[in-house]
Amino acid sequence: MNLSVVSVVYRKELTEWLRDRRTLISTVLVPLLAFPLLMVGITALATVMIGNAEKEIPKIMILGGDDSPQLLERLHKLDKLKIVPYADNWKDQISNKDIRAAVEIPRGFQAALADGTAQTVNIYFYQGELKSSFGADHLQKAIEEYRDSVVKDRLAAKNLPASVLTPFEIKQENVAPPEKVSGANIGGFIGYAVILLCLTGAMYPAIDLTAGEKERGTIETILSSPISRFDLVLGKFLLVFSASLVSAVLSVTSMGLSFAILGHSHLMKSSGEQSLNLNLGLTSVVAVFFMALPLAVLFSAVLMTIALFAKTYKEAQSYLTPLTFLVVIPAVASVMPGVELTPKLALIPVLNTSLVCKEIITGTYHWNSIILIFTSTCVYALVAIFLAVKMFQREDVLFRS
Amino acid sequence: MIETRGLCKIFQDKKRGAIHAVDNISFICKPGQIYGLLGANGAGKTTTLRMLATILEPTDGTAVVCGHDVIDEPEEVRANVGFLSTATALYPRLTSREMVEYFGRLNGLDESTLKKRVDEIFSRLDMNRFRDRRCDKLSTGMKQKTSIARTLVHDPQVMIFDEPTLGLDIMTARTIIEFIRECRQQGKTVIFSTHVMSEVEKLCDVIGIIQSGKLLAEGSLAELRERYRQNDLEEIFVQVVGPYQSSTEA
Repeated sequence: MNLSVVSVVYRKELTEWLRDRRTLISTVLVPLLAFPLLMVGITALATVMIGNAEKEIPKIMILGGDDSPQLLERLHKLDKLKIVPYADNWKDQISNKDIRAAVEIPRGFQAALADGTAQTVNIYFYQGELKSSFGADHLQKAIEEYRDSVVKDRLAAKNLPASVLTPFEIKQENVAPPEKVSGANIGGFIGYAVILLCLTGAMYPAIDLTAGEKERGTIETILSSPISRFDLVLGKFLLVFSASLVSAVLSVTSMGLSFAILGHSHLMKSSGEQSLNLNLGLTSVVAVFFMALPLAVLFSAVLMTIALFAKTYKEAQSYLTPLTFLVVIPAVASVMPGVELTPKLALIPVLNTSLVCKEIITGTYHWNSIILIFTSTCVYALVAIFLAVKMFQREDVLFRS
Repeated sequence: MIETRGLCKIFQDKKRGAIHAVDNISFICKPGQIYGLLGANGAGKTTTLRMLATILEPTDGTAVVCGHDVIDEPEEVRANVGFLSTATALYPRLTSREMVEYFGRLNGLDESTLKKRVDEIFSRLDMNRFRDRRCDKLSTGMKQKTSIARTLVHDPQVMIFDEPTLGLDIMTARTIIEFIRECRQQGKTVIFSTHVMSEVEKLCDVIGIIQSGKLLAEGSLAELRERYRQNDLEEIFVQVVGPYQSSTEA
């Protein structure tokens, strides 16, 4: 290996890469802007939608209840609901969003209540429709308050205190540090994002430096120079690896800043998400990068090896698209609740790194697993580099017609 | 000097089986000489030249370039060779100067030598007006000059030209022809492939006629004229290749 030659190849590839708008967009702009735009955009949209839904006074229809004046009176008194006259097509009106919900008071409800016979009050709404859900919630709350008042009156009639029904309170309280809470909330997502962006950041440079070189006809030019194929592959590989890391670093930095800004913004508070703590420990973030390093090496080498088979840029893109699914599936699997790191899973590339990142973000460091995952991924990465070098020595691949 | 000894190249094709692209070719090309490989498309010219430039490895036989074996010392061979063909393209996002400097560095030139060499070549080829223009913005003629500068930067002793004028306009083609002549004057060993008879007549000291990977005839233009009793090179070519082509087609 001639480091000086590797450095010459790397610097040339870097110069070309920095002048290529396509790769700059995919490696720098997308990771930098995607998260802030996505998160601020979604949160702002959600805040506006929820705010609008909360402001609206839902139209409600009452079905029956003529013989239950107490409940009717209570419902009519509510400021948060607008009662509309009964109509036979009340179901259609809910589906068409003309009214938000309907409440059915069974015949003889008040009399049955006096007898102590159990009754069911039905609330009808449009599931999945936000404003309808709010209307149904308001109704439910009003009827529950009425039920509580009935219970209170019954207890009072028998000279019993209210504590008969609730002899003691139950309270849940978080004792985990804020970093761990953040990790549990968004840890899996961060690992997933880092892995995916390591792949996408490396994809375009890998294609450009292999299939792109074949398509432009420069492969013959470079192969006629006196450098060894190993040095050539290494120089190219280092550029793809750099792009992969730059993409991951920028995305996580941008994601961290977005979380930090969003955590303190009025958007998050007004959307009722105060409980989501968004503080991440710097050590955890650095550790995630450390674990992503061999994976970035693996991705870079595999992408180059596969893309080299292709004769054109487009052909390489079609080869690499299925690879994206191969990476996304284990990365998504690791985010699923209940998927925990086991010795067997620690040997499955991508899934292992994703799972260990999830643990690291929560501040949990299982050193045996970390060493096993780091070492195994390094081995996979070395095998991938070896294959990439071998591929660059195959005439049938380089000059495939 | 270039010396090929029983050079063979077989490609494996899934449908057609083994294809003998180059079949037992032996010739010698001396310094200060232009050796012309004359053949139709698919005759084996490019494969032969790619083996001499160590871009492809021979299946059998070997070649020695400037005292280095193409199989055992490919990197030393490439360090002594300038390879130019219409297929060898430029890096579009590098400037003309960066392109030439890149190949100078790959050939191990130190920075002061490289600067001197680049200035000299750019002046000689009248390239200074576009030296800092990106290759994808250059005209065909400018691109070809950049390619020439790229092959010359390390001052190789052997020049390999694979159909260097294919698809070029007359003026650009003339520049290339003139450049090949200059290489001979400088005492370089030049091997040159083409299917254009007039170029061979103008340039070559020795002509090798190649068909289906086999070297069928070899000699100076005068020798070939005498041997085949024809004055016109095209007629000589048809006389040499014709019977062989008919037998292979049959």
